[in-house]
Amino acid sequence: MTSAPAILPERGIADRLTAIFWRHPRLLLFVLLTPPLLWLGVVYLGSLLALLLQSFYSIDDFSGVVKEEFTLKTYAELFRAQNLDIILRTLLMSAAVTIGCAIIAFPIAYFAARFARGRWKAVFYLGVMLPLWSSYLVKVYAWKLILAKEGIITWAAEGVGLSMILNAILAIPGIGGNSLSTSPMGTFIVFVYVWLPYMILPMQASLERVPNSMLEASADLGASKAQTFRTVILPLAMPGMIAGSIFTFSLTMGDYIIPQIVGTSARFIGLAVYQLQGTAGNIPLAAAFAVVPIIIMLIYLTIAKRKGAFDAL
Amino acid sequence: MTLKTLKLSATTALGLIVGVTPALAQMTEVGAGEGELSIVAWAGYVERGETDPKFDWVTKFEESSGCKVSVKTANTSDEMVALMNEGGFDLVTASGDASLRLIAGGRVQEINKDLIPSWSTIDPRLQDAPWHTVDGKHYGVPYMWGPNVLMYNTEVFKEPPTSWNVVFEEQNLPDGQSNKGRVQAYDGPIHVADAAQYLMFHKPELGITSPYELNEDQYKAALDLLRGQREIVSRYWHDAFIQIDDFKNEGVVASGSWPFQVNLLKAGGAPVASTIPQEGATGWADTTMLHVDSEHPNCAYMWFEHQLASNLQSDLSVWFGANPSVPAACTDGRGMQTAEGCTANGLDDFDRIRFWTTPVADCSQGEDTCVPYYRWVSDYIGVIGGR
Repeated sequence: MTSAPAILPERGIADRLTAIFWRHPRLLLFVLLTPPLLWLGVVYLGSLLALLLQSFYSIDDFSGVVKEEFTLKTYAELFRAQNLDIILRTLLMSAAVTIGCAIIAFPIAYFAARFARGRWKAVFYLGVMLPLWSSYLVKVYAWKLILAKEGIITWAAEGVGLSMILNAILAIPGIGGNSLSTSPMGTFIVFVYVWLPYMILPMQASLERVPNSMLEASADLGASKAQTFRTVILPLAMPGMIAGSIFTFSLTMGDYIIPQIVGTSARFIGLAVYQLQGTAGNIPLAAAFAVVPIIIMLIYLTIAKRKGAFDAL
Repeated sequence: MTLKTLKLSATTALGLIVGVTPALAQMTEVGAGEGELSIVAWAGYVERGETDPKFDWVTKFEESSGCKVSVKTANTSDEMVALMNEGGFDLVTASGDASLRLIAGGRVQEINKDLIPSWSTIDPRLQDAPWHTVDGKHYGVPYMWGPNVLMYNTEVFKEPPTSWNVVFEEQNLPDGQSNKGRVQAYDGPIHVADAAQYLMFHKPELGITSPYELNEDQYKAALDLLRGQREIVSRYWHDAFIQIDDFKNEGVVASGSWPFQVNLLKAGGAPVASTIPQEGATGWADTTMLHVDSEHPNCAYMWFEHQLASNLQSDLSVWFGANPSVPAACTDGRGMQTAEGCTANGLDDFDRIRFWTTPVADCSQGEDTCVPYYRWVSDYIGVIGGR
């Protein structure tokens, strides 16, 4: 009487591989982790380091050729008045866009999270996501036309007799201009439009996690609606808001297309980097400029982490 | 031993081993084409009939030479220099404010004009032009030249404006409204020269002799003028197509521009025209230059000959509203251009045009007395930023 062996013979390469991985569990881990780690290490961190390195070079003022010698001259250039202007302008715009997005996004996210049910919920998700599916450039060029002096907003304002208000807004120094499309106001509007979904989605996620029982408890203890909102909902929604603000803030800070098409031609960091590396060939200064948002974002992320923004992601 | 010398010696050694002469000196003969040619060019400069079937000066070249042409469009001279510094291209149609920088940076190689049979047909005023000739050596073949014209809306200006002041100083235009927010200026540091040229005419006491050679006082005056201009310019232009859109939808009625935009707007039925006002104009004179590490030099030399001898000079001058570097192209019927057309494009205004050149510190006013280009770059960013 013969009995079948307890261990079956190998049936080919697949079996042999399985055996190797079974005997050496760490090998499988290594094989699976190598590609993403290579990506992170070489492509991502490597290019970041190359950028950092470039920022310590300088360029020959006439020929525009990069001198590969260590110097801090390029960083000193960042502190020239016009470059500080660029940094400050970008920071102000990023902050304004973030606040603008937060104010507009909150009611939308609140309704979507707490009142929309069933099909309406899907409609809300779709409505928020829909703009993300069309080309960014098309949206920005469309906005250039909408905001143009001979565009639909001016036309509509004239039609309903609101030109006075539009002109009054455009006359405000600092944010106004000749038309919406050539004013900082216009740049702001387009930025808010383009980045709004990135604020709504994390905010909605955090609002959905506010437990009803807390609101009921708050009401039981005699808090008015405003008090509940101020002391319960808002603090609990804060992490989502901060998570969203990371998107809107960093995206605004790095964008170089919108200020090129809509606005006063005044440079933002992204645009300055784009022009310095692409058109002026001043890669060291472009790299130094690119380091600025990295530092600002690191500070920002540290604060956000303390506030618990990453618990909501 | 630095990395660069290491690279150089390695390349030289390799060249010796393989028996190839490295392209350190100029070419001595044109061999068979390498099958490819990449050109960095201004928008509309290298047309193969795709924008308009009538304008094609690439297809025939590709058929006869076997060199497939690819084009990288650049919007500003700085962009051209940057692209050539990056490498990977064969030719560049560099303006005078880029060409000297390319030569100084060692990015382009000397041209052997004996290998270009039609060299002698080039306008004698351009053959040894200082923007491509250094120490008697030629670094390029003249391509096209033309003025930076003043484009204006014919519904606002019944008569062509006679002065550039419509884009420099706040005033009421012939339609009774202010020019504030209705004019544009070029978004490149070389625009400082336009301001300087304006001052040359209106403030002779400054003693400006060339808009590209400005001492500190003259430079400051030019910047002050530009700061005033910032008040009336709502957006600067650098992309030809955005400027076209702004003339259509943004109510812009006057701006320095290229004949290219004027022609496209006219073709689209927009009420625009262009003029060279009394102060004269700055202009560009472009030169095709060959990258020092070009991998397709034979194709490039074939292009040099093609650029001078074919329909290119004539048809491109019609298309771009520019002037051929070969004057015969205006009249000999090799393309669509006519003598009248060349006159309209400013062929006779050669002496009124001050061609783009890179500002350097050592100028005719003395050594280290002029403001060099890198300051133009950073200061102009400041001016546009409202500083």
